[in-house]
Amino acid sequence: MDGGESESNKRSLALIIGVGNEYRRDDGVGAEVARHIDKLNQPRVRVLAHSGEGASLLEHFREADLVIIIDAAQSESSPGAVHFFDAGNSPIPSDFFNYSTHAFSVAEAVELARALNKLPTRLLVYGIEGTDFSAGIGLTEAVQVSVDTVVARITNDLKQMASLHCS
Amino acid sequence: MKGNRLIKVDYLARVEGEGSLYVKIKDNKVEDVKFKIFEPPRFFEAFLRGREYKEAPDITARICGICPIAYQMGAVTAMEQALGMKVDGQLRALRRLIYCGEWIESHVLHVYMLHAPDFLGYEDAIQMAKDYPEAVQRGLRLKKVGNDLMTIVGGREIHPINVRVGGFYKAPDKAKFKAIAEELKWARDAAVETVKFVTTLKFPDFERDYEFVALRHPDEYPLFEGRLVSNQGLDIEIKDYEQHFAEEHAKHSHALHSVLKARGAYFVGPLARYSLNYDRLTPLAQQVAKEAGLGETCNNPFKSIIVRSVEVVWACEEALRIINEYEKPDKPYVEATPRAATGCGCSEAPRGICYHRYRLDDSGIILDAKIVPPTSQNQKTIEGDLAEFVPKHLELSDEKLTWQCEQAVRNYDPCISCATHFLKLEIVRE
Repeated sequence: MDGGESESNKRSLALIIGVGNEYRRDDGVGAEVARHIDKLNQPRVRVLAHSGEGASLLEHFREADLVIIIDAAQSESSPGAVHFFDAGNSPIPSDFFNYSTHAFSVAEAVELARALNKLPTRLLVYGIEGTDFSAGIGLTEAVQVSVDTVVARITNDLKQMASLHCS
Repeated sequence: MKGNRLIKVDYLARVEGEGSLYVKIKDNKVEDVKFKIFEPPRFFEAFLRGREYKEAPDITARICGICPIAYQMGAVTAMEQALGMKVDGQLRALRRLIYCGEWIESHVLHVYMLHAPDFLGYEDAIQMAKDYPEAVQRGLRLKKVGNDLMTIVGGREIHPINVRVGGFYKAPDKAKFKAIAEELKWARDAAVETVKFVTTLKFPDFERDYEFVALRHPDEYPLFEGRLVSNQGLDIEIKDYEQHFAEEHAKHSHALHSVLKARGAYFVGPLARYSLNYDRLTPLAQQVAKEAGLGETCNNPFKSIIVRSVEVVWACEEALRIINEYEKPDKPYVEATPRAATGCGCSEAPRGICYHRYRLDDSGIILDAKIVPPTSQNQKTIEGDLAEFVPKHLELSDEKLTWQCEQAVRNYDPCISCATHFLKLEIVRE
């Protein structure tokens, strides 16, 4: 898995971006899901851990036809709840990933890409409801349970994408 | 418009961190102004105690995701002063290079994504991008050049991991800079275009007689060395900072307010740096500043967007110069020998001076630490600006006045997350 920025810009079929800060407990869920996907060693699938800084996130959108972002969410749903957005179909609510102190984060990156006509062919966003964003490592139990669910869904997304490219 | 008015912004948008604004107007007079910082403190100074001197650059880098290099440079220069070390030649040049990367990425983010929408009447950069796609794309590409410089020298763009006391863990190969050198040439031209772009904005007619404080180096535009000077006669060594500056606790802020003991509020950041170091800019940066209508000093805080853009031109040129002259050093760091001592460091973060002081024991363990970030130093000046700006614009509707007050805060590119590590806890027992 690439940590942060990669100097390679070679085009992949799919790019999986785990967003968040692993030292803020449940905020590390994006990176955790990305690590699981990375272990599957799927061909032409690149996996990236990313801080979530919007401007640099946006730069990655051009690197693959399918981009999947996984990030922790904070929307008053029950801990571990999985939210899903097909960014091609609808905007990402700007207050959804709002625990970051970055003034320019995931939702802004997606919407700015939309305004500039720079969205990838397909952009999927998974948000996993977190509950503990305090300093420290390790996910809470409910969030950890959802990791496998999201990994399975992304694996399915990748299969669908691969079959589209083969047909 | 008469009577009582209240300008209240509960959550300031497009600033780093969580802050709010409160302006009370009674009978057309400003009765109260508060720039409130309510983000919880993070106690960095406290948990540096007991850690080794060499851990400070990586711990303090975590204070901010936008300006980690400012903290790393403050920490390493303070430690090196304490330990009697001199870091020179290519290692010093690499430090300037990574700092240029931070200035580019931080300034460009603020100019295009956070501040320009204020002037053009958009809620945010996303709305602005629909009408100004070329400008926003130029901003994104320029910012990436800064990020890439940080990645090449620092290992990664956010919280770089390659900076250490004495230099770097690993010095980059010369070949690593080949591609970025070409992109920097584009960036220099794009930065010039940026100055032209922001010069077309409409600026409120507003100037104040600030006391500007910045570093000043004998030969260079300042980054992490020099004397601390002001336009009102301050001229001191960094180690004497605490003799001249004090921190005060304001009830409405989680960040301490800094003051000059002799004269009170002061101003740090691009306007101060530029006004005290115009003669240290490159000829191109001076020329574009002149063409933008700037004099050798600038007292209109709304024009900080132009000054930031001029500093991006300078940073691109300085980065190109360093890369052209770069030869990989034989050893990436100078060895340190722990000793009991106190060291001070100060660097020019994108938002202004950032002061560090550490006291070490004979094995290099940190006994105590003090860090003063730029935003906490500017708080009093931000409130002063609002107190003076509002009475001159009472004819505006509440909506328009609120907008301009927020814009006045964003003139300082405040990094609230940086500023909130310093809450003094007072326990009263009766």
